[in-house]
Amino acid sequence: MEILVASAVGILTAAGIYLILRKRTFPVILGTAFISYAVNVFLFASGRLAVNQPPVLQKGVELYTDPLPQALVLTAIVIAFGMTAVVVMIGVGAYLSSQDDHIDDQDELAPGADPSALEHADPIDPSQQGAPS
Amino acid sequence: MSLFLIVALPFIGALLPGLMYQAGRQACAMATFFVTLTAFIGLMTHLPAVLAGEVVQARVDWIPSLGLNANFFIDGLGFFFAALILGIGLLIITYGRFYLSRNDNMGEFFTYLLLFQGAMVGIVLSDNILMLLIFWEMTSLSSFLLIGYWKHLEEGRQGARMALTVTGMGGLALIGGMVLLGNIAGSYDLTVILENREVIQDSPMYLPALLLILLGCFTKSAQFPFHFWLPHAMAAPTPVSAYLHSATMVKAGIFLMARVWPVMSGTEAWFYLVTGAGLITMVIAAIIALFKNDLKGLLAFSTVSHLGLITMLLGTGTAYGALVAVFHILNHATFKAALFMSAGIVDHEAKTRDITRLGGLRSLMPITFVIATIAALSMAGIPLFNGFISKEMMLKETTKTVLFDTPLLVPVLATIGALFSAAYSFRFIGHTFLGPVRDDYPANPHDPGVGMWGPPALLCVLVVGIGVAPFLAEPLVFLVTEAVLGNVAALPDAHLKIWHGVNTALYMSIIAVGGGLVLLAAFNPLARGWATAGPPAAKAIFDAIIDAIVAAATFVTARLHDGALTRYAAIFGVTVVALGTHAFFTGSTIAPTREMLPLQPVAAMGWLLLVTATAVLLAYHNHRYLALVLTSIVGLVIAMGFAYLSAPDLALTQISVEVVTAILLLLALNFLPRETPAESSSMRRLRDGAIAGAAGLAAGALIYSMLMRDAMGVPISEYHLANSKPGGGGTNVVNVILVDFRGFDTFGEIIVLGIAAVIIYALTETLLSSPVRARLLNRPIGKKAGDAHPMMMVVMTRVIMPVVLMVGVYIFLRGHNEPGGGFIAGLVVAIAIVMQYMASGFDWAEKRQRYPYHGIIGAGVLVAGLTGIGAFFFDTEFLASSFGYFRIPPFEEFELATALGFDLGVFLCVVGAVLLSLESFSRLGRRSGEQSSEYAMDIDPSRDDAVEEKGA
Repeated sequence: MEILVASAVGILTAAGIYLILRKRTFPVILGTAFISYAVNVFLFASGRLAVNQPPVLQKGVELYTDPLPQALVLTAIVIAFGMTAVVVMIGVGAYLSSQDDHIDDQDELAPGADPSALEHADPIDPSQQGAPS
Repeated sequence: MSLFLIVALPFIGALLPGLMYQAGRQACAMATFFVTLTAFIGLMTHLPAVLAGEVVQARVDWIPSLGLNANFFIDGLGFFFAALILGIGLLIITYGRFYLSRNDNMGEFFTYLLLFQGAMVGIVLSDNILMLLIFWEMTSLSSFLLIGYWKHLEEGRQGARMALTVTGMGGLALIGGMVLLGNIAGSYDLTVILENREVIQDSPMYLPALLLILLGCFTKSAQFPFHFWLPHAMAAPTPVSAYLHSATMVKAGIFLMARVWPVMSGTEAWFYLVTGAGLITMVIAAIIALFKNDLKGLLAFSTVSHLGLITMLLGTGTAYGALVAVFHILNHATFKAALFMSAGIVDHEAKTRDITRLGGLRSLMPITFVIATIAALSMAGIPLFNGFISKEMMLKETTKTVLFDTPLLVPVLATIGALFSAAYSFRFIGHTFLGPVRDDYPANPHDPGVGMWGPPALLCVLVVGIGVAPFLAEPLVFLVTEAVLGNVAALPDAHLKIWHGVNTALYMSIIAVGGGLVLLAAFNPLARGWATAGPPAAKAIFDAIIDAIVAAATFVTARLHDGALTRYAAIFGVTVVALGTHAFFTGSTIAPTREMLPLQPVAAMGWLLLVTATAVLLAYHNHRYLALVLTSIVGLVIAMGFAYLSAPDLALTQISVEVVTAILLLLALNFLPRETPAESSSMRRLRDGAIAGAAGLAAGALIYSMLMRDAMGVPISEYHLANSKPGGGGTNVVNVILVDFRGFDTFGEIIVLGIAAVIIYALTETLLSSPVRARLLNRPIGKKAGDAHPMMMVVMTRVIMPVVLMVGVYIFLRGHNEPGGGFIAGLVVAIAIVMQYMASGFDWAEKRQRYPYHGIIGAGVLVAGLTGIGAFFFDTEFLASSFGYFRIPPFEEFELATALGFDLGVFLCVVGAVLLSLESFSRLGRRSGEQSSEYAMDIDPSRDDAVEEKGA
């Protein structure tokens, strides 16, 4: 059983990192979701694995699995949703503002790019834009 | 007055000048003055105790386990410095009131001044060295603000930056040194440290601690080679120069050396470092000072020189040296503050402080002339002024100090220092006040009002008073010296006398004064020589070093931090894996202690599903909808895994979060491209694959080795399991941990969740008020569903809505004892409501939404917080829960716990946060011109307009 969980953590981590290294926002968001899976399972497993020993007290039952990692992971799952939602909104906002969903700013990265070209490339007048989106 | 109050008064008072400034400059200055006066009087109430040789202490143990306590104590040394800081502070405030012009913001000035004053008093009264360090840093910061007070002057800003760089760096070194010292002594209390001389000096860490502490002291007190910042700090308004850079802040380093004198001094390292640095500083700075044409620059270098003198005296490690050092601190504070104020008066009235443009002011400004002359003669070491006595005693001490086995070295250098000191003092008088009256002053100089010349005049009274009757100062100086010496050495058998008889020191003194006059007579040719052959300006060197550091930092940053997230992620991943690998191969491991659990076919199937889904996803992630479906499959397998591995709560949470995440990503894909273009080269993919593979392997190996071994210690969960029922009143231990044992943690987490939702809301609002809105409206709409709101779905969701809500309530209520609770119930209820949005449309759902979602989040946080506060009424700590058993016929006996109220807060927060996030996306969608029907169902036979619409 342990080898399954450990290999699953490894595969999820690898998939998460590979996706995070992509160039567009959506795969990167999925990548963070995979990293969250991996980290949550990792944390959960740090309480060691047990089958049929849920930490719900019952009369006559002596063996329970470690409840603390579960409590930590429970909130982590919910918080991960909140963070994913924020990142998704930032990604959507960036795409809507610039019609570009590259994760890295292309103009900034191009060596020797003319900074003034940036303004012309953007059809939106920066002065009319509100807070950074 | 309590020591706490004395230290706190300036900080509290710092609020006043800003407020009183509206009431006028006079009120502003008065408020500052009275705050300082109150603190001064408070300090004086401790005078009898200090005179009686007592050490007054005030202790509050804050975090004793870290040694971080708010402890203050006052002995002779602390009293002396605090009195200097507050006493001269009073004079400076008076002087500053008249010095600042109407264009200067006086409230700002006095606020900074009081902050500085509080920090200085804090340094000298702190018993706990960690507190002392905090105050030390605060003086650096507040002096930065004061030096740069005239923000429009470039030199002011540069000087402030340089001062902060140098003293701030020294402060960092000092932190290291003091913490080392505290660790050696086993306590962070100065009073304890000072009793551990042997332990400290025998420790192998003595030398590192000494070097670091001295680095802090030398930078603060402008000792060679860190002397260069002080002259540049002279761009500050003169009251600041007089206060910080002559009387107080630059003496903080001296103070600290005197404070740790009992435990650090007397060793070879101390002697060579401190005496050496002091001697070099004294001579070099005195020579530079002579050739400075700026009045304040001259005084600045002379201050550096005199600080060097005091440092040298402390370095000798003899009781007599300490006595002279203390005496000279007092004398220097009096005559140098007076000199700075005189220079300020000249600058203020003649509108220049360039010596080459001055001269002949004697008849125009007679009062200032007298004050400046008295103070300068004291600095030169002329009899009947206090500077003479301490200089004589200093010279006497040098004749007994032998450096590098050369008996003559120290006395000769000291005489040279004194000679130049006399020369620049004479130049200060001669080239400013004497000589013919000129007709080309930038302004029309005359004596200022008493408000400006009064404070320096008062100091001159002290200068002459101590000079003529030194025995008056003797009790104070002895008291302070005793405090410096601690129990290491006895007070020397010496007295402060105006006449020490004809001895070597007197001859040295005569040489110095005579030589000084000769130098001044030959000043012009000397100055020309200095201008051509003088040493390079320290500022150029400093700037070059800073530029080099900045260039190096830019170089590294541009390589590591070039703005590309992919690069950071790759660097981060590789670094973590490399460090982990290093640790794995160099550390030691123990053999596995656990048996592997038997492998069940069902578990293997789940694993296979997960692996397949992940593999397909990696191959086809360009198809975003497919990727989303595959991600959900992975999430579901994980939820099943939780259920299988005895974590029912986690399984429930994961599965409901999976649903809302899928909806969220679907909503997002509505606005994003449907496909990811293939851009990466195969090399790039290979590289990324290698990084990802290595990281995956590392993570898998790490958790595998953990899983096969038992925990190193007894897990704290034993406590949770044992106390869940008797202490928390619930049998679902996970839920009891969430709402009770770690309730504070959960409280923080629901707040984070709420903040995340509010951020999303704010981002949506920003987008909708920007040009994006227009772009959304004109967005080409792709293929639409034929039936936006299918009747089957609308009816179904409405029918099951009450059922789902009931399930939510059930899960919520049973949460304390069975799997469930606020988090899961919140997610379930949120899904029930989101289903209505999806089935019946945004308009329909919004009309039926009674409470705004931010309100629900706020209510949740409030309910949880109030439940926590409620614990105070049961005399328990924040969020400690209470519970009891009740019976209302005809129901069975049931349990009510305050934790239920907290869980309700969690529930509300989760519902609000999830719905606010998802609603924000649909608001974007509504703006994008998506048709939203007025009615939820396209076909509703009972509707009046059904026929027309169908016909149209």
